[in-house]
Amino acid sequence: MGRYLLRRLLQLIPVFIGTTLIIYLLVWALPGDPFAGKCGDRGCPPTYIAEMREKYNLDDPLIVQYFKYLGKLLTGDFGETYAGIKVGELIQNAYPTTIKLAVVALIIEALIGLAAGILTGLRGRGFLDNLVLVSTLFLISLPVFVTGFLLQIVLGVQLDIIKPTVSSEPSIGELIVPGFVLGSLSMAYVARLTRTSLMENRRADYVRTATAKGLEPRRVIGVHLLRNSMIPVITFLGTDLGALMGGAIVTEGVFNIRGIGGLIYKSILTKEGTTVTGIVTLLVLVYLLMNLLVDLLYAVLDPRIRYD
Amino acid sequence: MTEPADSPHRVAVASAAGEATAEVVQSAPTKKNEKPRGLWGDAWLDLRRRPLFIIASAIILVVLFVAAFPGLFTSVDPNVQDLYKARDLPSADAWFGYDNLGRDLWSRAIYGTRASIVVGLLATLLTVLLGSVVGLLAGYYGGWVDNVLSRFSEIFLGLPFVLGAIVILTTFNAGVAVPSGARVITQVVLSIAVLSWPMAMRIMRSAAISAKQQDYVKAARALGASAPRIILRHMLPNCLAPVMVYSTIALGAFIGAEATLSFLGIGLRFPVVSWGLMIADSRNYIQGAPHLLLFPAGFLVITVLAFVMLGDAVRDALDPKQK
Repeated sequence: MGRYLLRRLLQLIPVFIGTTLIIYLLVWALPGDPFAGKCGDRGCPPTYIAEMREKYNLDDPLIVQYFKYLGKLLTGDFGETYAGIKVGELIQNAYPTTIKLAVVALIIEALIGLAAGILTGLRGRGFLDNLVLVSTLFLISLPVFVTGFLLQIVLGVQLDIIKPTVSSEPSIGELIVPGFVLGSLSMAYVARLTRTSLMENRRADYVRTATAKGLEPRRVIGVHLLRNSMIPVITFLGTDLGALMGGAIVTEGVFNIRGIGGLIYKSILTKEGTTVTGIVTLLVLVYLLMNLLVDLLYAVLDPRIRYD
Repeated sequence: MTEPADSPHRVAVASAAGEATAEVVQSAPTKKNEKPRGLWGDAWLDLRRRPLFIIASAIILVVLFVAAFPGLFTSVDPNVQDLYKARDLPSADAWFGYDNLGRDLWSRAIYGTRASIVVGLLATLLTVLLGSVVGLLAGYYGGWVDNVLSRFSEIFLGLPFVLGAIVILTTFNAGVAVPSGARVITQVVLSIAVLSWPMAMRIMRSAAISAKQQDYVKAARALGASAPRIILRHMLPNCLAPVMVYSTIALGAFIGAEATLSFLGIGLRFPVVSWGLMIADSRNYIQGAPHLLLFPAGFLVITVLAFVMLGDAVRDALDPKQK
């Protein structure tokens, strides 16, 4: 287990460097002078520009700049924006909201998706099964922003059940509808994945054996069938947290939530490269670590999988 | 795509991949004994009887026809503005009403079909080509080639879809004030493909790994067939099924992704007409004039739905486990 973990962690390093390098190169390759128009009509004084170029290592080749940035990042320093605000602070302000939103979305999609999947997977073909299949198909083909707009109009404006936009320090209750919107697509996948997985495993030998040796149905389903069928679903849910945080940008835009989505969008438009790379680095880290966690969970769920 | 929206494409695969990869291995022995028909022949017979498949293909044929000949369905120029008619409701003159600038929504929805379909088709083609080539190579050669290619693909997999697309599109558009239509479409297609090919690669790779251990590949190698011949003549036809299923579902997802990018203001833009663009235009007026949102969104959803349904039906037909 220890050696496996170490090997996996070592494998993360090239992927991490590769992803951040790509983003870094793309962001800093943006043509145009980042200091144009920063100091009003008269333009920035040359000494200021020289100082800034020195501070952000803009005169070095890009690759050198990147490794200098990475070095600072490893000490926990995310750098500063051109206005002198610490990027770490910006992220600290925006990150909790997005994490909250993503976790709410994950919980909603897991609860509804699993419930629908288990229900149809165990019952087999019938009206309920068709209903879930058709409604998930429909959810899959609705882009997130359309779902968001529709719920915003119907629930927020016409029925007046929720507020159409969310306050700056949103509570969990306010995030339920945005979370539902964000997680709606994945919810459909969770339901379908659970259903297929259960249907395939229901006829597996170990289930027949468990029934044959006289275990009560509840134990066969709960311990034998569900535990084994959850493996693909857990994989999906685990990797989805990173995707939800990265995808929150659209939902945050629709419901006016102040999370990292808005921050990153603004930073790209104003060429604040340090902020963009900082946030993307964090997102990539979340994605990679969740993947690792999921792989480790396999061993817990499936007794046939052992890492040594 | 979480991808919303993200990553719609990313998620689309999760289900397709899991269920589709196994089928090549499974189907090989079943088709031997009873019927002379191959995997595809079997699937075709099965598909013809499925209502889901018939409905989906009918919708897709209509949509493709509209994309090819938009002039047959409307005679109004989609970009002509008449501010007197701004946000007018649907009438006999204009079936869908007018948008905020007084443009005919029906005509725009019809002309928007082409951009959406072209982006979806090209992005799928590129994704599948790139992913299949890399996946076949990784699966066939294994060892360090596989390691390098897999790590390389993970780099792109780790990038959140919407975020990656925003960065790529702003970078390549930074110097250009008003990019031309063809240029914008190419950029959107490229950025979708660059961010999505790892999924196709993973599916192809796992199919290739299982195909490599089959007897027919061993036999071909024993007879002295070269690596390109084994890959192209023996492995490719047998690894195609899961990737085909992925590509149908991905096509729908990519059309949605294009709409998302256009909605964020970094995808397609004027003078190109697309559904995503129309939805983006409607966002400030949806409370007073919801028809601005509902009509293009309806077109979008029905088209995506048709492709996802088709993919679903094809997957079920190709999967011997469900018979």
